Amino acid sequence: MNQVTQPTLTIDGKTVLIEGERNLLELVRKANIDLPTFCYHSELSVYGACRLCLVQIEGRGIQGACSTPAEPGLKVLTTTPEIREIRKIAVELLLANHDQSCPTCSRSANCQLQSLALRLGVKKVRFKSVHTPVPLDESSPSLVRDPNKCVLCGDCVRMCAEIQGIGAIDFAHRGHEVSVQPAFGKLLGDVECVNCGQCASVCPTGALTVKSEVDQVWDLLADPKNTVVVQIAPAVRVGLGECFGLKPGEITTGRIVAALKNLGFDQIYDTSFAADLTVIEEGTEFLERKTNGGTLPMFTSCCPGWVKYAEQYFPELLPNLSTCRSPQAMFGSLVKAMLPDQLKVERKNLKVVAIMPCTAKKFEAQRPEMSVDGDPDVDHVLTTQELAQMIQSAGIIFDSLQPESFDMPFGFYTGAGVIFGNSGGVMEAVLRYAAEKVTGKKLDNVEFDQVRGDSGLREATIEVNGTELKLAVVHGLRNARVVAEQVRAGKSHYDLIEVMACPGGCIGGAGQPVTTSTNARALRTKGLYHADKMLQLHKSQDNVFITECYAKFLGEIGGEKAHHLLHTSYQSRRRIADESLSLTQVQGNEKTKVSVCLGTNCFLEGSQDVLNGVLRHAEQNGLEGRIDVRAGFCFEKCESGPNVMIDGEYVHHCTAAKAIEELNSRIEVDKPA
Amino acid sequence: MASMPIVVDRAEKFEKVVSILDHYSRRPSGLIPILQAIQHEYQYLPEEVLTYVATSLDVPPARVYGVATFYAHFALEPKGKHVIRICDGTACHVKQSLPVLNALREKLGTTEKSATTADMLFTIETVACLGACGLAPVVVIDEQVYGQITPQRAVALVDEIKATEAGLASALETEQPSAEVVNE
Repeated sequence: MNQVTQPTLTIDGKTVLIEGERNLLELVRKANIDLPTFCYHSELSVYGACRLCLVQIEGRGIQGACSTPAEPGLKVLTTTPEIREIRKIAVELLLANHDQSCPTCSRSANCQLQSLALRLGVKKVRFKSVHTPVPLDESSPSLVRDPNKCVLCGDCVRMCAEIQGIGAIDFAHRGHEVSVQPAFGKLLGDVECVNCGQCASVCPTGALTVKSEVDQVWDLLADPKNTVVVQIAPAVRVGLGECFGLKPGEITTGRIVAALKNLGFDQIYDTSFAADLTVIEEGTEFLERKTNGGTLPMFTSCCPGWVKYAEQYFPELLPNLSTCRSPQAMFGSLVKAMLPDQLKVERKNLKVVAIMPCTAKKFEAQRPEMSVDGDPDVDHVLTTQELAQMIQSAGIIFDSLQPESFDMPFGFYTGAGVIFGNSGGVMEAVLRYAAEKVTGKKLDNVEFDQVRGDSGLREATIEVNGTELKLAVVHGLRNARVVAEQVRAGKSHYDLIEVMACPGGCIGGAGQPVTTSTNARALRTKGLYHADKMLQLHKSQDNVFITECYAKFLGEIGGEKAHHLLHTSYQSRRRIADESLSLTQVQGNEKTKVSVCLGTNCFLEGSQDVLNGVLRHAEQNGLEGRIDVRAGFCFEKCESGPNVMIDGEYVHHCTAAKAIEELNSRIEVDKPA
Repeated sequence: MASMPIVVDRAEKFEKVVSILDHYSRRPSGLIPILQAIQHEYQYLPEEVLTYVATSLDVPPARVYGVATFYAHFALEPKGKHVIRICDGTACHVKQSLPVLNALREKLGTTEKSATTADMLFTIETVACLGACGLAPVVVIDEQVYGQITPQRAVALVDEIKATEAGLASALETEQPSAEVVNE
């Protein structure tokens, strides 16, 4: 009689145990019934908008399972004639206003709207469309927005706001005019979007998709003048197989190399080599900062989503970012500097293609600082999805390929480079280097379990040679913001912080195959750690080709040449393009133009007092007709705020008095004699 | 100095925005009343001001834009000096509100899409119900309610406002030269 009874409820007549599920939907799915949804994601807040997960609850009528808590004793039916009819009509209505150009949609194979219509037996759409077609937004280097395919589930909105803490897109307008868009109807390329693409990875349809560079790469391959070199990022090898019916996490490195050879790439290399190089440079930089009192904590800089985020939101922390370029960028820079000699080709005919799990890498490759005389270090970035499409398009039967091996030297790598694709991997790889460097002794146990795991914000303390290293590993930019705010407030005690924008790190990047499987990320993570185990070398410093690279080409670690080719600098970046607010009447152009920055950083530094001072001065001295005062939103000079621009010249660290003095000198000079 | 209030108008408005934000302690939960108060100042919500509000409240601009476009009360385009609201709820509709609307639009040369006159004097809007069905059809001009309105009377009201405005403008014009002198 003392037995504690577990709470239960019944689903379609079967008794099901309640074991802490957050809602009825999770319980129904645990009972192996795949209730359809558009708007439910276990990692996002419950939205309850799509009305597909409806269930009949005895005594309560029809309810959305996602927004009903699992209470003991409920009697739940998941399929009744009425529910079937409601679901069918919901999908039919969505289809009525949906741009049904399905065969030419890049999500044709894995569109949830398409598969649900099929599943629910929607054979005909009886409703007329009231949708007026709107143009595509192709302004972003990474993503394409097609509002004509949006089903308003809001998954992208919640992903961007809740996981990434950005909110670059949101619902606007009302009723049948509602659409998901950036602020003020601007284009995605003109706002604070960091190109992580997580919106596209949760989009159930083709409303947000990866911007394809497949055609450009086919063109490169077809031109006999070109020598086309390709690099594959670590995370691609555990994701690509999913596009060919293999399990997530299955390592397909050899088959990818074979496929790339078939496609006509001349040299096939591994980004893991450049990751090893990153470990050496970044590890050295970290030890240098730690021992010589440099800026700490140091943030990693491999993730282009995080780098753009930091440039936009934490300009004052840019000195904390490692100056190391990302492995993709190091690879491009190094290869384009070394290979022309070795392969006897001109730089302009040497083309570098990167295969990445990431959409933000497309943006990174287009950064002007990652090029030489206008020639980009990385010419094109293909995501895992795009590579799969090329393989399919060429008719290569992926599963039947005989594994092949990478070309040397840039195809040689250690396990440290491979685990870069996992959240915590960069940290662990750097520790494997730093620990040996500091102690001077061989590190036997290379696995640092303390920094592994799937939580979005993890801490670890590791003792190396009597010194405690305090570490943080974060994924998801919202978590990065938490940590960065601590650093800004001077409350952070960390030494090294690894940031990756995507959930789980690069293995969860938006360039990876779209998956609805909940454990795909965990399996991919496991796959990369397994790949590390299978290799003979686990420490970047053991990569003989890296050693050779320094000896024959780069010179000293962290030296001048290494710095020139492998490091970079950052700049503060405004979030929204072209915004300024005129505060005085503007007539004619002969006025002295005063622009006061009211962007976040300058605002916090007191720019509003400067603005008020200038306006009061103008009012008291009758200058209204002679000056044009504007409020600007970020001049991208955040490090020297508050910033004021007077007739095209900056006054940094400006005060009201300084601005007035500057203004007076100009107005006096301008005065007609 | 007589012209100064007009000249520094924008700066004053901006200072108001700052004090509105301070009044609500720059809390995101105050977004809607903040937007209401700002619209009261500007007659609409200028994009740049919304960007500033977003920055101050630490709310994404896209969210502020979403709220501003959701409520019919908020305008993102400047409205005319006088706002004419014609009720087209069921009762007013039955009592011939549409002829009133059409007469006003014809008089002022506006359409549903471009509801404000070029001289920025008038904006014509329709509302679903003003809750004054006993007076149907109803028109509200600025804050003044006019019941049992006819197309003729509506047009006459517009003519009256136009005449008053013309008087104001000519009074200003006579003032203008002296203001110019001050500026020189």
